[in-house]
Amino acid sequence: MRRQLGPKKNSAVADKVFKIGATVAATFVLVIIVLVVFELATGSVPIWQKEGASFITGSTWNSVEGRESYGAAPYILGTFVTAGLAMLIGVPISIGIAMFLSELAPKFVRTPLSFVIELLAAVPSVIYGLWGLFVFREYLRDWIEMPLYNAFGNNVWIFSGNPFGLDIFTASMVLAIMIIPTISAISREIMLAVPNSQKEAAYMLGATKWEVFKLAVIPYSKSGLIGASILGLGRAVGETMAVTMLIGNATGPSAFPHSLFQPGQTMSSIIANEFSEASTTGLHLPALVGIGLILFVVAVGINIIAHLLVARVLKAHEGAVLA
Amino acid sequence: MTKKLLLGLALMLVLIIPTTSLSAIAEFTTSLNAAGATFPFPLIDKWRVEYNKIHSDVQLNYQSIGSGAGIKLHTTKVVDFAGSDAPLQPGEASQAPGTLHIPETIGAVTVTYNIPGVDKGLKLTGPIIANIFSGKIAKWNDKMITDINPTLTLPDQQIAVAHRSDGSGTTFVFTSYLSKVSLDWQTSIGQGKSVPWPVGIGAQGNAGVAGVIKNTPYSIGYVELAYVMQNNMTSAFIQNADGNNFVEPTLATIAADAAVAAGNLPSADGDWSKVSIVNEPGKDSYPIASFTYLLVYKDLGQVSGMTQEKAKAVVDFLNWVIHDGQQYSTSLLYVPLPDAVVKLDEQGLSQIQYNGAPVPEFGQIAAIVLAIAIISIIAVSAKTGLRFMPKY
Repeated sequence: MRRQLGPKKNSAVADKVFKIGATVAATFVLVIIVLVVFELATGSVPIWQKEGASFITGSTWNSVEGRESYGAAPYILGTFVTAGLAMLIGVPISIGIAMFLSELAPKFVRTPLSFVIELLAAVPSVIYGLWGLFVFREYLRDWIEMPLYNAFGNNVWIFSGNPFGLDIFTASMVLAIMIIPTISAISREIMLAVPNSQKEAAYMLGATKWEVFKLAVIPYSKSGLIGASILGLGRAVGETMAVTMLIGNATGPSAFPHSLFQPGQTMSSIIANEFSEASTTGLHLPALVGIGLILFVVAVGINIIAHLLVARVLKAHEGAVLA
Repeated sequence: MTKKLLLGLALMLVLIIPTTSLSAIAEFTTSLNAAGATFPFPLIDKWRVEYNKIHSDVQLNYQSIGSGAGIKLHTTKVVDFAGSDAPLQPGEASQAPGTLHIPETIGAVTVTYNIPGVDKGLKLTGPIIANIFSGKIAKWNDKMITDINPTLTLPDQQIAVAHRSDGSGTTFVFTSYLSKVSLDWQTSIGQGKSVPWPVGIGAQGNAGVAGVIKNTPYSIGYVELAYVMQNNMTSAFIQNADGNNFVEPTLATIAADAAVAAGNLPSADGDWSKVSIVNEPGKDSYPIASFTYLLVYKDLGQVSGMTQEKAKAVVDFLNWVIHDGQQYSTSLLYVPLPDAVVKLDEQGLSQIQYNGAPVPEFGQIAAIVLAIAIISIIAVSAKTGLRFMPKY
């Protein structure tokens, strides 16, 4: 019965159902985005009315009834600083891993190592957070933070503060470790996708391994590598659990990131910290929703910049090929 | 085709059985839905087990999602009662008129520290604690601290302050104590579930703060009594309102504080927003203590899903909590309610009424809708010859 060809009209209906189903699924994404923006915008109206632009530039954060005043600047900066530091540390290491795995590693290392890296990408962030909190921060504090603080603490502002191990530096380090698997796994795929003809051509000209990378692999995979890094940046900006556990969660002006060894706060961590107990009557909840809106805008902005960058690199690359 | 129909039927059964059986169970047992504060959760969970032993038809479902979230659910009338560490503030009370405050147990906040070389016995006064947590006292050998601790050798080390990063009832109790004993604190920082801390590291939950203190030398922080006792941490002796006595936090000293406070509380349906039992007089009173409350509507009829029977079950359970339930407090490191507070609770619970009309259960309607939806999907797919597998 199954092998019998169905009558024509049935397949027409099936086609229609398929078309409608796929369209509905696609619309779903748009509807969700619109609803998210709508909720964030309407939920944060009271805070924009009260604070105006100073909600973005201000630094006080007081939810005590009768003294409410909110400014998100320290958390916006905190997000950029931690994500930026994580990228600074994470991207070179990730690209290094990808180079090793795609070209240099012997066959018997390549497969297990790639598997391990993909496994790391799947570790939940709370695990990284717990590991950072109970294990990693003590090593960081005793072996890196204390020596740096003792050597430069009084002279160099970024090493000043009071290193407890729960600070912007620890959070950024763990963030870097968290984004490495994501970036390196994708970068490896991209480097493997470089056509052999390109590499062989370079080798034929007598290029060393490094020159092959420089001349053939990197130019060909540039846009992909940028895309992979942006994916990592997306994770670093939005990461909540691990950061909340490690960044020290300062609020108000003291959360301004003026040194590596001081507690800070990011946009996602302050939402995670205060949302569940935010007062339903005051401006606390609208303020947190407002931060959610800023975070959303930042995320969209990063994606747009990423697209523009990739497009530009692609264009330049085409030009290079033609010339 | 028959195979596919059977598959569809099986799928439907898998989806339907849990929903229908749930509503079938619901007819035999009454489930009480509650949510709120995390602090009393271990005790409430013990109550759930013990109460179910004697009333097997009542099943309590308490979700410890935090006081603020509990108050939100109470305001929107979707839980039968809510737990909160702080009383309703005026703004919140106006959104949930007719709320009764039923204090169900007493907790205390301890000031705990980790100073290598200094064991038990550090003495602190309210103003000193306020100065430490506002950053005005930065070192352990500050003159204010050494003056009242002549027997201890305190190190010349920076104080690492740890506080809660999440909004919490613990912070509310601690900061309301500091506001009461230090005018400076009251004017510059104030009291609340989260306050603008000028210094220190924020950690999540009691466990988080306790963890930071254990792993950080020369640190200080505030943690619920139970966490300190379970983790063998050291807590400071704190000067109480009588002035000349430094009191160690124990169940007995906290009970002493609460007993003094019990005399001047409002009635259960009154305004509790100003109620605080911190810093009560009495020689043995430990000063940083607090009630934790169950919030319940005087007219239960307005709560969604409420029936006459269920309302009775709620009142019976709450009555059991304030009487027989109190015997489980001590073993879990909570302080049993003083008699005067139990009397107050009794009066409050006797006011609960149920006037609303019975509300149809949502579970059954949802099940019927789901069944119709699934049957029609199967019928349509059978009719039109839609296939999961490609045709050959």
